[in-house]
Amino acid sequence: MTPTVVLPVIIGGLYTAGVYLLLDRSLTRVLLGFLLLGNATNLLLLSTGGPSGMAPILGYAEPEEMSDPLPQALILTAIVITFGVAAFVLAMIHRSWRLAADEGVGTDEEDRRVARRSGTDADELDPDDLAPEDRPAGHADSLHAPAAEAADDVDLPLPGGRT
Amino acid sequence: MSSVLTPLPVLLPLLGAAGTLLVGRHPRTQRTVSILVLTAVLGVSLALLLLADSEGPTAVAVGGWPVPLGIVLVVDRLSALMLVVASTVALGVLVFAVGQGSADGSEATPLSIFHPTFLVLIAGVSNAFLAGDLFNLYVGFEILLMASYVLLTLGGSAPRVRAGITYVVVSLLSSLIFLAAIGLIYAATGTVTMAQLAGRLAELPEGTQVLLQSMLLIAFCIKAAVFPLSAWLPDSYPTAPAPVTAVFAGLLTKVGVYAIIRTQTLLFPAGALDDVLMWAALATMVIGILGAVAQTDIRRILSFTLVSHIGYMLFGIALGTAGGLAGAIFYVAHHIAIQTTLFLVAGLVERTGGSTAMDRLGGLAQRSPFLAVLFFVPAMNLAGIPPLSGFIGKLGLLQAGVAEGSGQALALVAGGVVTSLLTLLAVARVWTRAFWRPATQEPSADTAAAAAIDAAPAPREPVPVGDGGAGAGERQTAWLAAWRRHEDVATAGTAVRATRAGAVRALRPLPGVMVGVTAVMVAVTVSLTVVAGPLYGLTQRAAEDLVERTPYVESVFTDPVPAEDGE
Repeated sequence: MTPTVVLPVIIGGLYTAGVYLLLDRSLTRVLLGFLLLGNATNLLLLSTGGPSGMAPILGYAEPEEMSDPLPQALILTAIVITFGVAAFVLAMIHRSWRLAADEGVGTDEEDRRVARRSGTDADELDPDDLAPEDRPAGHADSLHAPAAEAADDVDLPLPGGRT
Repeated sequence: MSSVLTPLPVLLPLLGAAGTLLVGRHPRTQRTVSILVLTAVLGVSLALLLLADSEGPTAVAVGGWPVPLGIVLVVDRLSALMLVVASTVALGVLVFAVGQGSADGSEATPLSIFHPTFLVLIAGVSNAFLAGDLFNLYVGFEILLMASYVLLTLGGSAPRVRAGITYVVVSLLSSLIFLAAIGLIYAATGTVTMAQLAGRLAELPEGTQVLLQSMLLIAFCIKAAVFPLSAWLPDSYPTAPAPVTAVFAGLLTKVGVYAIIRTQTLLFPAGALDDVLMWAALATMVIGILGAVAQTDIRRILSFTLVSHIGYMLFGIALGTAGGLAGAIFYVAHHIAIQTTLFLVAGLVERTGGSTAMDRLGGLAQRSPFLAVLFFVPAMNLAGIPPLSGFIGKLGLLQAGVAEGSGQALALVAGGVVTSLLTLLAVARVWTRAFWRPATQEPSADTAAAAAIDAAPAPREPVPVGDGGAGAGERQTAWLAAWRRHEDVATAGTAVRATRAGAVRALRPLPGVMVGVTAVMVAVTVSLTVVAGPLYGLTQRAAEDLVERTPYVESVFTDPVPAEDGE
């Protein structure tokens, strides 16, 4: 086998770029850095298998001509793990962004629970303070008319406020 | 017998996780299933420990593939002991969490993912303890890490997401280093089975060996929170829910320690990096405990003592002698139980006193004497007061250090004694300020400021972002006024509002299940003292196996029993 310089160069480049991105404060870049590092490691695993050969299927090739199947199995596992972790990190980035940038007033669950807890407390409550579904029947929506819009979880708010 | 039992600590929690996921809408069934599963795992682990102690290490080739090709699970005394301790604390923490959930009435909330995730975590921990090859160890780590990401960010509140990001990124990095190390080891030796590596790594040039060893050590030291790779831990653990912090503190770092023990003894017995490990152990002990002394929050103090006491285990590993390893293994078992218990007690303190900040607690000993006892006993145990198990573990380590006799080892012995004293100082501060100090004491300026912040609804106000258009300001003012009125009404008649401004809060009653299970865990830590003789004998036999190495290797290569059920 002639040693190839291509794989080490690519692996090194990916590691460099990955570490650079990982050191950024922006979470999206951190995720991209992690993906690059993951791919670099996968390539590293691939290169540990020795020279390339035929697909390691019995009857398709002689054992001497086959490439080493073990690193490929390891890479498959590693890819699946990287994929799952990347999905989780994306969800966390989304959550973090919503926490920082969302201006909508969500429903305060603790508040609602306290309000429901005791009949005596509820008697003293101003119906305007309750969430729409907790208000007494027939009460007019005087204050919280846009509540449905504010608690909307489906439409993402635009950064800088909605108009 | 062991061929059937060995895969069960991994299989049962995974199946249980699937089952609890299926019955996610029936919290009662979910709780029953997960408690049953963990009880079964505890039983299986005990049986495995008895078998491993009487018959020596056994290996099971999962799926019937011969050893170098297939996955092999190995039970020796070390891994069986780890399994027993891990499943004990896991069961305790689960019951605690169930008690907390029932008390909060939050059983039917989206946290129904708690049980499946917790079981997956235990499956990952068991897999890491049983793994007979490096890649399976990696998979075990990934399983437990993935579950821990979910548990740490449970609920997705802002502080948890912030802490979770640090934890996730650091863990990802350590996993990548570990994976790259596996790749390089495979390239150098052509195998990832640890029993085979034990022979083949020694044939490599010394430089290559040191490179591979240091890559593995860096990956594991990040997971085990060894200084200087420990900064992530006190930052991320304290924000999680109390049961989650407890199980993380007890188990996850110890899986890293287990991996260090395994690779240091089996793969790299030459001890090329023992000097570096020694200094790392000293720095971990001393710097960790200095951090603990500086904290004012009980959970953060406990997180720092956790980091600090990892140094003791590392010290035993770095000695490399059977005595050092026996002390380290005993200390791991002791520390898993003790740290979990202390975090559970911290959860109780937070629940009853409303906070874990020491400035805002006081008089707990008088007002809740039983809770005070629950804290005092494990705290003294952590500090190493005789005759408790912490003292026995530390004594064993120090004796092994003196027996080694080098200047470095003696420096470590001195560091260990200082750390033990400073640990006593740290827990004594918690005791005097949170428990002993009279409840009626005037609040310090610090406390008053904290109480003022707490009394104001400021943290819960909506934060305006951007201009929001016309009318948004009005709407917000109206909302705020409504919120203040509402809060006054909602808290009227309860003691909460009145005591917030005062020195101490009224104590909330504690659910019996939570107190009961914490008491049982305290009893377990005390019982470690009672059974210390046989237990220390067991760890000594485990350490001799590790130093000798041949029992482990021979178990993999001569009697791989085909497993009846695959993974």
